Amino acid sequence: MITFEDVSAVYPGQLKPALNRVSVQIEKGEFVFLIGSSGSGKSTFMRLIRREQRATAGVVYVAGKELNSMRQWRIPEFRRQIGTVFQDFRLLPGKSAWENIAFAMQVVGRPTKEIRATVPEMIEMVGLTGLENRAPEEMSGGEQQRVAIARAVVNRPKILLADEPTGNLDPTTAVGIMRLLDQINRRSSTTVIMATHDANVVDQMRRRVIELVGGQIVRDQARGVYGSD
Amino acid sequence: MRHILRETWSGLKRNRAMTFAVMVTMWVSLSLFGASVLVTEQVDTMKGRWYDQIEISVFLCTEVSAGAGGAAAGNCEPGQETTDAQRELIEERLNANPEVANVYYETKAEAYEEYQRMYANSPLVDVLSKDQMQDSFRVKLKDPENYRGVVAEAKTLPGVQNVQDLHQVLDPLFSVLNALIWGARFLAALLILAAATQIGNTIKLSAFTRRRELGIMRLVGASSTYITMPFVMESLVAALGGILLSALTVMACVKFVIIDRAQVSIKALAWIGWPAAWVAILWIAVAGVALAVVPTLLSSRKYLAV
Repeated sequence: MITFEDVSAVYPGQLKPALNRVSVQIEKGEFVFLIGSSGSGKSTFMRLIRREQRATAGVVYVAGKELNSMRQWRIPEFRRQIGTVFQDFRLLPGKSAWENIAFAMQVVGRPTKEIRATVPEMIEMVGLTGLENRAPEEMSGGEQQRVAIARAVVNRPKILLADEPTGNLDPTTAVGIMRLLDQINRRSSTTVIMATHDANVVDQMRRRVIELVGGQIVRDQARGVYGSD
Repeated sequence: MRHILRETWSGLKRNRAMTFAVMVTMWVSLSLFGASVLVTEQVDTMKGRWYDQIEISVFLCTEVSAGAGGAAAGNCEPGQETTDAQRELIEERLNANPEVANVYYETKAEAYEEYQRMYANSPLVDVLSKDQMQDSFRVKLKDPENYRGVVAEAKTLPGVQNVQDLHQVLDPLFSVLNALIWGARFLAALLILAAATQIGNTIKLSAFTRRRELGIMRLVGASSTYITMPFVMESLVAALGGILLSALTVMACVKFVIIDRAQVSIKALAWIGWPAAWVAILWIAVAGVALAVVPTLLSSRKYLAV
């Protein structure tokens, strides 16, 4: 599903590459934790997958497409195969949960009928039934993250990128969010890549762990834990 | 589509003040642009009317005309009228010139009658006597703009005292009018540039206030057309207002200044009318739409890129 071949990424004006000759392969349906300290290259890794930036060297394949040579006008279509969740939720204020989820379908031109059928399904899946008319300001962090997850998967992406989704949540709420991500991964075999600092979560889930240090992969372990022992 | 319209509407509401400012700038700049079109049309109309009537007068010698061989002597023999042979040669040469449409001969007597008719109610009627009139050839040109060759040739012919054409009078006038036209065009261009910059700026602002939505749109894969459309529509709405206002301004100008006043009080001149107003409004509409769409697309490449 995702292949990095000897990929480096250097930001303009910086000598040290954000990613340094990274090669890795992630299969369809995998659940991968991306760990490492701030500045280790996790975010760059995800930006490359979304084709928000181009690799300075090396080749990136996502969902069968080679991203370096992808034409600008093909990018939107390509991104519909990827859902993203952030630490800070990034919901639209003033819009209800229902509207926030529907927004993702509207802007890619889905018909109203389909939107009306799909959004309630998503609300039920993330466990927010009854809260669909609340605005983000009226919801807890965990609830907001659930809305964000529903928005990320409403267009049925093949890949879900989660950038520290539990970073702003208390441990109990975090567990709920992890269950939800696990469920999405298992039910629809969506490939999930989650960047995190949360050792508890990683240790409990026992999934593949890729650890980045200074832009290089120092560990790639199936059924890994947060600490390297 | 519905989503695009909704986004356009909310954008307009959010940027009410900027939209209004863009509309006013467009109004002023497009009105000036329209005015420059009107002035061009007016000058063309006057040129057409005057140049059509222009003829070249080739005055022949009289016994008195070259009296002392002074400055006005031309090609005259002192104290001698143009001879019949010279007259025939002049007519022949004028007719042979490819620029000439037709030539007719005006005798002293005819010139005197015309003079008396023109000044019938004026004390000037008795100032000149019949003997002071001159025989002349009146030359009509195929293209009134190409007069120089004919005038130059006629001046060299023997028996010609003087060659007169109205271009000498009209050319400076038209060069002043042309300068005015270019001045108006320059001002209009300047204002249009200001309007374009302002629109670019408005898009930037509008993109900034909507950065959350835009970020999410990019993230979930909204096409760039889809992202740009509300911005284009927003500028188009402002442009439409500007176009409408300046169209009304142009119409008011033509109606109150030209049709109601100029045409009534200065009948001697040819004036433009409604057709010129329609031409100007058409140009305003074209310029207005371009003014809305081009800067928006340019700045959206910069601020709304996926």
